[in-house]
Amino acid sequence: MTDLDTFRAETRAWLEANCPAEMRTPMQGDEDNFWGGRNAKFASEAQKVWFERMRDKGWTVPDWPTQYGGGGLDGAQHKVLREEMAAIGARPPLSSFGIWMLGPALLKYGNEQQKAEHLPKIARGEIRWCQGYSEPNAGSDLASLQTRAVPDGDDFIINGSKIWTSYANYADWIFCLVRTDPAAKKHDGISFILFDMTSPGVTTKPILLISGKSPFCETFFDNVRVPQSHVVGTINRGWDVAKYLLQHERAMISGMGGRDGGRPLGQVAADSLGTDAQGRLDDPILRGQIATFDVDEAALACAAERAVDLAKAGQLHPAFSSAMKYYGTELNKRRHEILMSAGGIDALEWESVRSHDGARARAWLRTKANSIEGGTSEVMLGIVAKRILDLPGA
Amino acid sequence: MALVLTEEQTMLRDSARGLIGDKAPVAHLRKLRDERDATGFSRDLWKSFAEMGLAGLLVPEEFGGSGLGCVEAGVVMEEIGRNLTPSPLLSTAILAASALVRGGSDAQKKNYLPKIADGSLIAALAVDEGAKHRPSRITLSATRAGNGFKLKGDKALVVDGHVADLLIVAARSSGQPGDVDGLTLFLVDPKAKGVAIERTVMVDAHNAARIGFDDVEVNADQVLGEVDRGGALLEAVLNVGRAAVAAEMLGVADEAFGRTVSYLKERKQFGRLIGEFQALQHRAAHLYTEIEILRAAVLKALQAVDADAAQARLAVAVAKAKAGTVTTLAVQEGVQMHGGMGMTDQFDIGLFMKRGRVLQELFGDSAYHTEALAEWKKY
Ligand SMILES: Cc1cc2nc3c(=O)[nH]c(=O)nc-3n(C[C@H](O)[C@H](O)[C@H](O)COP(=O)(O)OP(=O)(O)OC[C@H]3O[C@@H](n4cnc5c(N)ncnc54)[C@H](O)[C@@H]3O)c2cc1C
Repeated sequence: MTDLDTFRAETRAWLEANCPAEMRTPMQGDEDNFWGGRNAKFASEAQKVWFERMRDKGWTVPDWPTQYGGGGLDGAQHKVLREEMAAIGARPPLSSFGIWMLGPALLKYGNEQQKAEHLPKIARGEIRWCQGYSEPNAGSDLASLQTRAVPDGDDFIINGSKIWTSYANYADWIFCLVRTDPAAKKHDGISFILFDMTSPGVTTKPILLISGKSPFCETFFDNVRVPQSHVVGTINRGWDVAKYLLQHERAMISGMGGRDGGRPLGQVAADSLGTDAQGRLDDPILRGQIATFDVDEAALACAAERAVDLAKAGQLHPAFSSAMKYYGTELNKRRHEILMSAGGIDALEWESVRSHDGARARAWLRTKANSIEGGTSEVMLGIVAKRILDLPGA
Repeated sequence: MALVLTEEQTMLRDSARGLIGDKAPVAHLRKLRDERDATGFSRDLWKSFAEMGLAGLLVPEEFGGSGLGCVEAGVVMEEIGRNLTPSPLLSTAILAASALVRGGSDAQKKNYLPKIADGSLIAALAVDEGAKHRPSRITLSATRAGNGFKLKGDKALVVDGHVADLLIVAARSSGQPGDVDGLTLFLVDPKAKGVAIERTVMVDAHNAARIGFDDVEVNADQVLGEVDRGGALLEAVLNVGRAAVAAEMLGVADEAFGRTVSYLKERKQFGRLIGEFQALQHRAAHLYTEIEILRAAVLKALQAVDADAAQARLAVAVAKAKAGTVTTLAVQEGVQMHGGMGMTDQFDIGLFMKRGRVLQELFGDSAYHTEALAEWKKY
């Protein structure tokens, strides 16, 4: 047996012994995510047990260095862990913008003090983060953001407002883009800064979405005082950090689709549509749509696998995550349209126990944001056209 | 296995790219087409292929070949797709070689494989009969006669069938059309009595034939594999072929796309390069994404076939189905974005469209393989 085979066997046995049965079922809604943070609440005992066991192994962030609370796994081991978790349908123990976005940016751009301060708390689910990028007049054109940070002694005084800040009302800290040099060209005067959401002058106001939920907020900063030492990377060079973080956000969003619940679409559809005499899905057109979807999804999975291998070989174009984000999110929207078609009238129920409080309909509506959040599909295509294909124009 | 080419595979690709790009670019196909060349490919070129070890790519070393795998075959097919190069690589080096390697007796291997490897024997696989690829519905009949069989029926779209020195014919020896069992593969001499070969001039100016079999006598030695059990062998060979064709389609798509992007960067209208128009940029970026996804799916399929993985059929179905839709999009967008120039014979882009259409049909179009996936998943 190779070391990796041993690792796989041990991992399998450990997961088998430690992952509670309830944590091996598909997530039904956002409550099934555990987000951590100062005010963290567990939805169930099983969720708590699962989180704590994984945390203690450093497996909330398996590939981070152990000194920052990670599992210290190499790429191959991490892949094995992912495969073994997928094989039993294990839920992620901790959902976190700290893990998906801020962590990688800190690992690359943070100074030692910032890493030691923030990374272990992310790994252990102690601090919940939110992302302060978008503003009312700076969405796709993110670099035109106006929130100001003016030096005052060793601090900055921050004024302005953000919008679409997911879970700002639950977050403990924010990673935020602010303008530190209004005279510079728009990309050159931005800094990337971290601060506590309980700082005086920070307020949030939830925004209700079409899914009937309000996972995000308007966020206001009124003379918020933040030490200059909280800037990650160089002052005025925050755009580099922001872009690097966005690559991770996009990769994360592109991978969100598909693997929910794990049941093939055709089987889900068979539940509501039934099958014909030959055991085929009793709607030939939908059956064709599902199979066509499956082809695209399987091909995308190959591309995702290849992207990891290319990155390892140092051959991955940095803008490739934009292509994957575009494709993955459009595909995920298609998946949920098919699920709605397959569910028919039943999928339209909004408030009932039977429908898990309209889980399918709400999930369908939520996916429409996939091609908006983290940069819209149009913006992704623009990035591919210019950065990869080198097409001319602005 | 990592989904990237190894160093050796990259070297093979680069040397194939050099050879094929040099000696058989699109102009080579044009010349053969315009001269109505009877062979339809260059025997000299095929000799160079053999010298490079390409004719014997899948032939084991003990029979004089290079003993490589499907990934290597795919790498070369992609370059062929890029240049629209007519050559017996698919018919002989890939299909016939893998049929013989997988199903041949020792005597058959000894007899044919070295000749395939040294480029002296051209072979063709005869499968399809109707307008669409439906191997389970094969009707060409093999009836027992003496210690052998008599073949009766017709085959269409036999790649390189017009110049083949050896035909590998899939026939129904028992059962009904639609049955998986009951198929047998035969090695047939194209000069045998009762074989009628008609070269078909195809839309893409590549080589294929319609072949009729009128009570062609074959003896027991000419059976490839087992009588009545040829269905599985045929499927295995077809999967190699499908993955290889998907790789060729990737080459067609990627080259058509590359030429289109170049055109976007040089053609001016309204005082601007047309590549500045966002409507075209977004279509180009979409196509880029599709092609990269196809590239990964094709490599996955080639690796799965090499590994003889249980999921190989599924991986091949995904690759060939995806190749069909992506290549179709690439050539259509290619012609459209070239505007009027795209409609001229003088411009190459139309040739890519024609080749893409043929490859879409060869060994199952997107619908066929999407259906195969639905069957696999028991939808
Ligand atoms: C569910 C969800 C969660 C989010 N979470 C966060 C968060 O936590 N933190 C945060 O900071 N932000 C967050 N966002 C904001 C998100 O990043 C922005 O919504 C997104 O970048 C688009 O900006 P916008 O909404 O201002 O749209 P706009 O920029 O106004 O775009 C409107 C339309 O115009 C198109 N468009 C714009 N520019 C171009 C162009 N150059 N070419 C072609 N078309 C163009 C867009 O594609 C879109 O279709 C979230 C958004 C959603 C939906």
